[in-house]
Amino acid sequence: MLAILFATIVLHLTDLIILFISTCANAWRTHGVTSYDLWYDCTQSNGVNRCYRTNDADWLQAVQALMVLATMFCLLSFIIFLCQLFTLVKGGRFFFTAVFQILASLFVMSGAIIYTVMSPEWKNESDGYGYAFVLAWLAFPLTLISGIIYIVLRKKK
Amino acid sequence: MLSVLALTSVVLLGIASQITAIVVYTSWERHALVGSDVRLSCSFFSWQWTSPDVTFSWQYRPDGAKEGISIFHYGGGAAYVDNKGPFRDRLEFVGNPSRRDGSILIKNLDFSDNGTFTCDAKNPPDIVGRPSSVRLLVFEKVNLTSQCSFSGICRLGWEEKMRTFPVPVQAGVVTGAIIGVVLGLLILIVAIYYLMRFLVARRVFSLSMSKHGKKGKGKEGSQQKQAGPLK
Repeated sequence: MLAILFATIVLHLTDLIILFISTCANAWRTHGVTSYDLWYDCTQSNGVNRCYRTNDADWLQAVQALMVLATMFCLLSFIIFLCQLFTLVKGGRFFFTAVFQILASLFVMSGAIIYTVMSPEWKNESDGYGYAFVLAWLAFPLTLISGIIYIVLRKKK
Repeated sequence: MLSVLALTSVVLLGIASQITAIVVYTSWERHALVGSDVRLSCSFFSWQWTSPDVTFSWQYRPDGAKEGISIFHYGGGAAYVDNKGPFRDRLEFVGNPSRRDGSILIKNLDFSDNGTFTCDAKNPPDIVGRPSSVRLLVFEKVNLTSQCSFSGICRLGWEEKMRTFPVPVQAGVVTGAIIGVVLGLLILIVAIYYLMRFLVARRVFSLSMSKHGKKGKGKEGSQQKQAGPLK
Protein backbone atom coordinates (compact mmCIF):
# COMPACT_ATOMS: atom_id res chain seq x y z
CA MET A 1 0.00 0.00 0.00
CA LEU A 2 2.80 2.36 0.92
CA ALA A 3 4.57 1.56 -2.35
CA ILE A 4 1.44 2.48 -4.34
CA LEU A 5 1.07 5.73 -2.42
CA PHE A 6 4.72 6.58 -3.01
CA ALA A 7 4.48 5.81 -6.74
CA THR A 8 1.32 7.95 -7.06
CA ILE A 9 2.96 10.89 -5.35
CA VAL A 10 6.06 10.56 -7.54
CA LEU A 11 3.89 10.48 -10.69
CA HIS A 12 1.96 13.55 -9.60
CA LEU A 13 5.13 15.48 -8.79
CA THR A 14 6.60 14.50 -12.16
CA ASP A 15 3.47 15.84 -13.86
CA LEU A 16 3.74 19.08 -11.93
CA ILE A 17 7.41 19.57 -12.81
CA ILE A 18 6.80 18.78 -16.49
CA LEU A 19 3.90 21.25 -16.65
CA PHE A 20 5.93 23.97 -14.95
CA ILE A 21 8.86 23.55 -17.33
CA SER A 22 6.61 23.44 -20.38
CA THR A 23 4.74 26.59 -19.36
CA CYS A 24 7.70 28.67 -18.21
CA ALA A 25 10.48 27.68 -20.62
CA ASN A 26 10.35 29.71 -23.80
CA ALA A 27 11.15 26.90 -26.23
CA TRP A 28 8.04 25.72 -28.07
CA ARG A 29 9.56 26.39 -31.47
CA THR A 30 13.25 26.82 -32.26
CA HIS A 31 15.22 28.01 -35.26
CA GLY A 32 18.93 27.71 -34.72
CA VAL A 33 19.72 30.09 -31.87
CA THR A 34 16.27 31.68 -31.85
CA SER A 35 13.52 30.27 -29.67
CA TYR A 36 9.91 31.30 -30.15
CA ASP A 37 6.80 31.01 -28.00
CA LEU A 38 5.17 30.83 -25.53
CA TRP A 39 6.05 34.26 -24.16
CA TYR A 40 8.95 35.82 -26.09
CA ASP A 41 10.94 35.57 -29.28
CA CYS A 42 14.47 35.26 -27.99
CA THR A 43 17.70 35.29 -30.00
CA GLN A 44 21.06 34.32 -28.56
CA SER A 45 23.89 36.33 -30.09
CA ASN A 46 27.43 36.80 -28.71
CA GLY A 47 26.34 35.34 -25.39
CA VAL A 48 23.60 37.96 -24.99
CA ASN A 49 19.94 36.99 -25.01
CA ARG A 50 17.79 39.50 -26.89
CA CYS A 51 14.09 39.01 -26.39
CA TYR A 52 11.17 40.68 -28.13
CA ARG A 53 7.52 40.33 -27.31
CA THR A 54 5.83 37.45 -29.05
CA ASN A 55 3.07 38.01 -31.58
CA ASP A 56 -0.40 39.16 -30.57
CA ALA A 57 -2.27 36.26 -32.14
CA ASP A 58 -5.34 35.25 -30.16
CA TRP A 59 -4.67 31.52 -30.53
CA LEU A 60 -1.27 31.96 -28.86
CA GLN A 61 -2.87 33.86 -25.97
CA ALA A 62 -5.38 31.03 -25.59
CA VAL A 63 -2.50 28.50 -25.43
CA GLN A 64 -0.79 30.64 -22.78
CA ALA A 65 -3.95 30.76 -20.69
CA LEU A 66 -4.63 27.02 -21.01
CA MET A 67 -1.07 26.06 -20.01
CA VAL A 68 -1.16 28.37 -16.99
CA LEU A 69 -4.55 26.97 -15.96
CA ALA A 70 -3.34 23.36 -16.38
CA THR A 71 -0.34 24.03 -14.13
CA MET A 72 -2.53 25.73 -11.52
CA PHE A 73 -5.06 22.90 -11.49
CA CYS A 74 -2.31 20.26 -11.18
CA LEU A 75 -0.87 22.14 -8.20
CA LEU A 76 -4.34 22.49 -6.64
CA SER A 77 -5.01 18.78 -7.08
CA PHE A 78 -1.73 17.96 -5.31
CA ILE A 79 -2.64 20.16 -2.34
CA ILE A 80 -6.15 18.66 -2.23
CA PHE A 81 -4.62 15.16 -2.36
CA LEU A 82 -2.47 15.91 0.68
CA CYS A 83 -5.53 17.27 2.50
CA GLN A 84 -7.72 14.33 1.56
CA LEU A 85 -5.02 11.89 2.63
CA PHE A 86 -5.61 12.90 6.23
CA THR A 87 -9.29 13.84 6.22
CA LEU A 88 -10.91 11.20 4.02
CA VAL A 89 -13.01 8.42 5.60
CA LYS A 90 -11.58 4.93 5.44
CA GLY A 91 -12.46 3.22 2.15
CA GLY A 92 -13.25 6.52 0.43
CA ARG A 93 -12.06 7.56 -3.02
CA PHE A 94 -9.97 10.64 -3.82
CA PHE A 95 -12.72 12.18 -5.90
CA PHE A 96 -11.82 15.87 -5.69
CA THR A 97 -8.18 15.17 -6.50
CA ALA A 98 -9.18 13.15 -9.55
CA VAL A 99 -11.51 15.89 -10.82
CA PHE A 100 -8.84 18.58 -10.67
CA GLN A 101 -6.19 16.33 -12.19
CA ILE A 102 -8.43 15.35 -15.10
CA LEU A 103 -9.37 18.99 -15.68
CA ALA A 104 -5.65 19.81 -15.78
CA SER A 105 -5.08 17.09 -18.37
CA LEU A 106 -7.96 18.43 -20.50
CA PHE A 107 -6.52 21.94 -20.38
CA VAL A 108 -3.03 20.82 -21.39
CA MET A 109 -4.53 18.70 -24.17
CA SER A 110 -6.50 21.67 -25.52
CA GLY A 111 -3.44 23.92 -25.35
CA ALA A 112 -1.19 21.43 -27.12
CA ILE A 113 -3.78 20.77 -29.82
CA ILE A 114 -4.39 24.46 -30.50
CA TYR A 115 -0.65 25.08 -30.76
CA THR A 116 -0.10 22.09 -33.05
CA VAL A 117 -2.91 23.13 -35.39
CA MET A 118 -2.19 26.86 -35.57
CA SER A 119 1.58 27.11 -35.50
CA PRO A 120 2.38 25.69 -38.99
CA GLU A 121 1.05 28.95 -40.50
CA TRP A 122 3.63 30.88 -38.51
CA LYS A 123 6.73 28.81 -38.77
CA ASN A 124 9.26 28.61 -41.56
CA GLU A 125 10.08 25.28 -43.17
CA SER A 126 13.35 24.98 -41.29
CA ASP A 127 11.87 25.59 -37.83
CA GLY A 128 11.80 22.72 -35.40
CA TYR A 129 9.61 22.08 -32.40
CA GLY A 130 11.34 22.71 -29.07
CA TYR A 131 11.49 20.63 -25.92
CA ALA A 132 8.73 22.57 -24.16
CA PHE A 133 6.28 21.53 -26.91
CA VAL A 134 7.27 17.88 -26.51
CA LEU A 135 6.87 18.15 -22.73
CA ALA A 136 3.38 19.60 -23.12
CA TRP A 137 2.29 16.64 -25.23
CA LEU A 138 3.95 14.30 -22.71
CA ALA A 139 2.13 15.94 -19.81
CA PHE A 140 -1.31 15.16 -21.25
CA PRO A 141 -1.29 11.31 -20.99
CA LEU A 142 0.64 11.41 -17.70
CA THR A 143 -1.91 13.68 -16.03
CA LEU A 144 -4.77 11.63 -17.46
CA ILE A 145 -3.30 8.40 -16.06
CA SER A 146 -2.68 10.10 -12.73
CA GLY A 147 -6.29 11.29 -12.60
CA ILE A 148 -7.63 7.82 -13.39
CA ILE A 149 -5.43 6.33 -10.66
CA TYR A 150 -7.01 8.73 -8.17
CA ILE A 151 -10.47 7.61 -9.21
CA VAL A 152 -9.54 3.97 -8.66
CA LEU A 153 -7.46 4.47 -5.50
CA ARG A 154 -9.17 3.93 -2.17
CA LYS A 155 -8.05 4.85 1.31
CA LYS A 156 -7.01 1.76 3.27
CA LYS A 157 -9.55 0.55 5.85
CA MET B 1 24.33 80.39 2.51
CA LEU B 2 23.10 81.06 -1.02
CA SER B 3 26.24 79.51 -2.49
CA VAL B 4 25.69 76.35 -0.38
CA LEU B 5 22.11 76.16 -1.68
CA ALA B 6 23.29 76.62 -5.28
CA LEU B 7 25.99 73.98 -4.81
CA THR B 8 23.51 71.47 -3.36
CA SER B 9 21.05 72.01 -6.21
CA VAL B 10 23.78 71.53 -8.82
CA VAL B 11 24.96 68.34 -7.08
CA LEU B 12 21.38 67.06 -6.90
CA LEU B 13 20.81 67.84 -10.56
CA GLY B 14 23.99 66.00 -11.39
CA ILE B 15 22.88 62.97 -9.40
CA ALA B 16 19.38 63.14 -10.88
CA SER B 17 20.77 63.16 -14.40
CA GLN B 18 22.70 60.02 -13.55
CA ILE B 19 19.76 58.12 -12.09
CA THR B 20 16.79 59.17 -14.23
CA ALA B 21 16.60 57.83 -17.73
CA ILE B 22 15.30 59.39 -20.92
CA VAL B 23 11.51 59.14 -21.11
CA VAL B 24 9.93 58.88 -24.56
CA TYR B 25 6.36 60.10 -25.06
CA THR B 26 3.94 59.13 -27.81
CA SER B 27 0.15 58.98 -27.97
CA TRP B 28 -1.44 55.78 -26.75
CA GLU B 29 -3.69 55.21 -29.76
CA ARG B 30 -4.48 57.09 -32.97
CA HIS B 31 -7.59 56.69 -35.08
CA ALA B 32 -7.72 57.72 -38.71
CA LEU B 33 -9.91 57.25 -41.75
CA VAL B 34 -8.73 55.24 -44.71
CA GLY B 35 -7.17 57.50 -47.32
CA SER B 36 -6.41 60.29 -44.87
CA ASP B 37 -3.11 61.41 -43.36
CA VAL B 38 -2.08 60.88 -39.75
CA ARG B 39 0.65 62.58 -37.73
CA LEU B 40 2.36 60.35 -35.16
CA SER B 41 4.00 62.53 -32.54
CA CYS B 42 7.03 61.56 -30.48
CA SER B 43 8.80 63.60 -27.86
CA PHE B 44 11.12 62.92 -24.96
CA PHE B 45 12.10 64.23 -21.55
CA SER B 46 15.76 64.27 -20.58
CA TRP B 47 17.75 66.06 -17.90
CA GLN B 48 20.54 66.73 -20.36
CA TRP B 49 20.51 69.57 -22.86
CA THR B 50 19.33 68.58 -26.34
CA SER B 51 22.43 67.23 -28.02
CA PRO B 52 23.24 67.80 -31.71
CA ASP B 53 23.62 63.99 -31.92
CA VAL B 54 20.00 63.36 -30.89
CA THR B 55 18.43 60.38 -32.74
CA PHE B 56 14.83 59.37 -33.41
CA SER B 57 13.86 55.93 -34.76
CA TRP B 58 10.43 54.70 -35.72
CA GLN B 59 9.59 51.01 -36.04
CA TYR B 60 6.39 49.48 -37.45
CA ARG B 61 4.89 46.14 -36.47
CA PRO B 62 1.69 45.04 -38.24
CA ASP B 63 -1.06 43.52 -36.10
CA GLY B 64 -0.48 39.84 -35.52
CA ALA B 65 2.99 39.94 -37.08
CA LYS B 66 6.00 38.35 -35.46
CA GLU B 67 8.49 41.19 -35.84
CA GLY B 68 8.67 44.86 -36.64
CA ILE B 69 10.58 46.69 -39.33
CA SER B 70 12.37 49.97 -39.13
CA ILE B 71 10.73 52.75 -41.16
CA PHE B 72 12.37 55.99 -40.11
CA HIS B 73 15.63 57.19 -38.62
CA TYR B 74 16.90 60.64 -37.79
CA GLY B 75 20.54 60.90 -36.84
CA GLY B 76 23.55 63.08 -37.42
CA GLY B 77 21.30 65.96 -38.44
CA ALA B 78 19.69 64.06 -41.37
CA ALA B 79 16.33 62.25 -41.67
CA TYR B 80 16.14 58.88 -43.47
CA VAL B 81 12.64 57.78 -44.49
CA ASP B 82 11.41 54.40 -45.66
CA ASN B 83 12.23 53.90 -49.36
CA LYS B 84 11.75 50.14 -49.69
CA GLY B 85 9.09 49.06 -47.23
CA PRO B 86 5.32 49.49 -46.99
CA PHE B 87 5.58 53.26 -46.41
CA ARG B 88 7.78 54.27 -49.36
CA ASP B 89 6.76 57.66 -50.79
CA ARG B 90 4.15 57.99 -48.01
CA LEU B 91 6.32 58.94 -45.06
CA GLU B 92 7.42 62.47 -44.22
CA PHE B 93 9.39 63.84 -41.31
CA VAL B 94 7.54 66.78 -39.78
CA GLY B 95 9.38 67.03 -36.50
CA ASN B 96 11.87 69.49 -35.06
CA PRO B 97 14.71 67.64 -33.35
CA SER B 98 16.14 70.71 -31.67
CA ARG B 99 12.73 71.14 -30.00
CA ARG B 100 12.70 67.45 -29.04
CA ASP B 101 9.96 66.64 -31.56
CA GLY B 102 10.38 63.52 -33.68
CA SER B 103 6.95 63.34 -35.33
CA ILE B 104 6.29 61.68 -38.66
CA LEU B 105 3.42 62.09 -41.12
CA ILE B 106 1.96 59.08 -42.92
CA LYS B 107 -0.11 59.92 -45.99
CA ASN B 108 -2.90 58.04 -47.76
CA LEU B 109 -3.63 55.42 -45.13
CA ASP B 110 -4.82 51.93 -45.94
CA PHE B 111 -6.20 49.07 -43.82
CA SER B 112 -2.87 47.30 -44.04
CA ASP B 113 -1.33 50.15 -42.02
CA ASN B 114 -3.07 48.93 -38.84
CA GLY B 115 -0.42 48.12 -36.27
CA THR B 116 1.94 49.37 -33.60
CA PHE B 117 4.44 52.18 -34.22
CA THR B 118 7.34 52.36 -31.78
CA CYS B 119 9.39 55.53 -31.32
CA ASP B 120 12.85 55.35 -29.76
CA ALA B 121 14.67 58.58 -28.97
CA LYS B 122 18.23 58.96 -27.74
CA ASN B 123 19.82 62.12 -26.42
CA PRO B 124 23.54 61.41 -25.90
CA PRO B 125 24.86 60.96 -23.23
CA ASP B 126 21.35 60.17 -21.91
CA ILE B 127 20.64 56.98 -23.86
CA VAL B 128 19.12 54.62 -21.29
CA GLY B 129 15.37 54.47 -21.68
CA ARG B 130 12.42 52.55 -23.04
CA PRO B 131 10.85 53.18 -26.43
CA SER B 132 7.19 54.14 -26.48
CA SER B 133 4.49 52.69 -28.74
CA VAL B 134 1.40 54.13 -30.39
CA ARG B 135 -1.30 51.98 -31.95
CA LEU B 136 -2.78 53.03 -35.26
CA LEU B 137 -6.38 52.08 -36.05
CA VAL B 138 -7.56 52.76 -39.59
CA PHE B 139 -11.33 53.01 -39.96
CA GLU B 140 -13.80 52.62 -42.74
CA LYS B 141 -15.49 55.76 -44.01
CA VAL B 142 -19.27 55.57 -43.88
CA ASN B 143 -21.58 57.61 -46.06
CA LEU B 144 -24.42 59.35 -44.32
CA THR B 145 -27.60 59.23 -46.34
CA SER B 146 -30.90 60.96 -45.76
CA GLN B 147 -34.26 60.16 -47.19
CA CYS B 148 -36.91 62.83 -47.11
CA SER B 149 -40.56 62.03 -47.70
CA PHE B 150 -43.20 64.29 -49.21
CA SER B 151 -44.38 65.39 -45.79
CA GLY B 152 -40.93 66.77 -45.04
CA ILE B 153 -39.89 64.13 -42.47
CA CYS B 154 -36.29 63.12 -43.08
CA ARG B 155 -34.71 59.87 -41.94
CA LEU B 156 -30.98 59.75 -41.35
CA GLY B 157 -29.14 56.53 -41.89
CA TRP B 158 -25.94 55.16 -43.27
CA GLU B 159 -25.02 52.57 -45.81
CA GLU B 160 -22.45 50.06 -44.73
CA LYS B 161 -20.06 48.40 -47.07
CA MET B 162 -20.06 44.63 -47.07
CA ARG B 163 -16.38 44.41 -46.27
CA THR B 164 -15.24 44.09 -42.64
CA PHE B 165 -11.79 44.02 -41.13
CA PRO B 166 -10.64 42.19 -37.98
CA VAL B 167 -10.59 44.14 -34.71
CA PRO B 168 -7.06 44.18 -33.36
CA VAL B 169 -6.55 42.49 -30.00
CA GLN B 170 -4.00 43.75 -27.52
CA ALA B 171 -1.48 41.31 -26.11
CA GLY B 172 -2.58 39.46 -23.01
CA VAL B 173 -6.28 40.37 -23.16
CA VAL B 174 -7.43 36.93 -24.29
CA THR B 175 -5.04 35.23 -21.85
CA GLY B 176 -6.30 37.20 -18.89
CA ALA B 177 -9.92 36.76 -19.90
CA ILE B 178 -9.69 32.96 -20.16
CA ILE B 179 -7.81 32.58 -16.86
CA GLY B 180 -10.17 34.95 -15.08
CA VAL B 181 -13.34 33.27 -16.31
CA VAL B 182 -12.18 29.75 -15.46
CA LEU B 183 -10.96 30.68 -11.99
CA GLY B 184 -14.14 32.64 -11.38
CA LEU B 185 -16.26 29.63 -12.33
CA LEU B 186 -14.16 27.42 -10.06
CA ILE B 187 -14.63 29.74 -7.06
CA LEU B 188 -18.36 29.99 -7.83
CA ILE B 189 -18.80 26.21 -7.99
CA VAL B 190 -16.87 25.68 -4.74
CA ALA B 191 -18.89 28.42 -3.01
CA ILE B 192 -22.19 26.93 -4.19
CA TYR B 193 -21.08 23.45 -3.06
CA TYR B 194 -20.23 24.62 0.44
CA LEU B 195 -23.42 26.69 0.62
CA MET B 196 -25.52 23.65 -0.25
CA ARG B 197 -23.73 21.57 2.36
CA PHE B 198 -24.26 24.30 4.95
CA LEU B 199 -27.98 24.57 4.15
CA VAL B 200 -28.51 20.82 4.33
CA ALA B 201 -26.62 20.68 7.61
CA ARG B 202 -28.85 23.43 9.04
CA ARG B 203 -32.02 21.57 8.08
CA VAL B 204 -30.65 18.43 9.74
CA PHE B 205 -29.74 20.49 12.81
CA SER B 206 -33.21 21.99 13.19
CA LEU B 207 -34.84 18.54 12.88
CA SER B 208 -32.75 17.10 15.73
CA MET B 209 -33.50 20.25 17.82
CA SER B 210 -37.27 19.61 17.74
CA LYS B 211 -36.78 15.91 18.68
CA HIS B 212 -34.58 16.92 21.63
CA GLY B 213 -37.24 19.42 22.81
CA LYS B 214 -40.01 16.73 22.91
CA LYS B 215 -37.79 14.35 24.89
CA GLY B 216 -36.94 17.07 27.44
CA LYS B 217 -40.64 17.89 28.10
CA GLY B 218 -41.44 14.22 28.49
CA LYS B 219 -38.74 13.85 31.17
CA GLU B 220 -39.96 16.91 33.09
CA GLY B 221 -43.54 15.61 33.06
CA SER B 222 -42.51 12.24 34.52
CA GLN B 223 -40.43 13.97 37.24
CA GLN B 224 -43.39 16.14 38.29
CA LYS B 225 -45.62 13.12 38.54
CA GLN B 226 -43.08 11.43 40.81
CA ALA B 227 -42.64 14.58 42.93
CA GLY B 228 -46.44 15.04 43.31
CA PRO B 229 -47.33 11.97 45.43
CA LEU B 230 -44.24 12.59 47.66
CA LYS B 231 -45.54 16.02 48.62
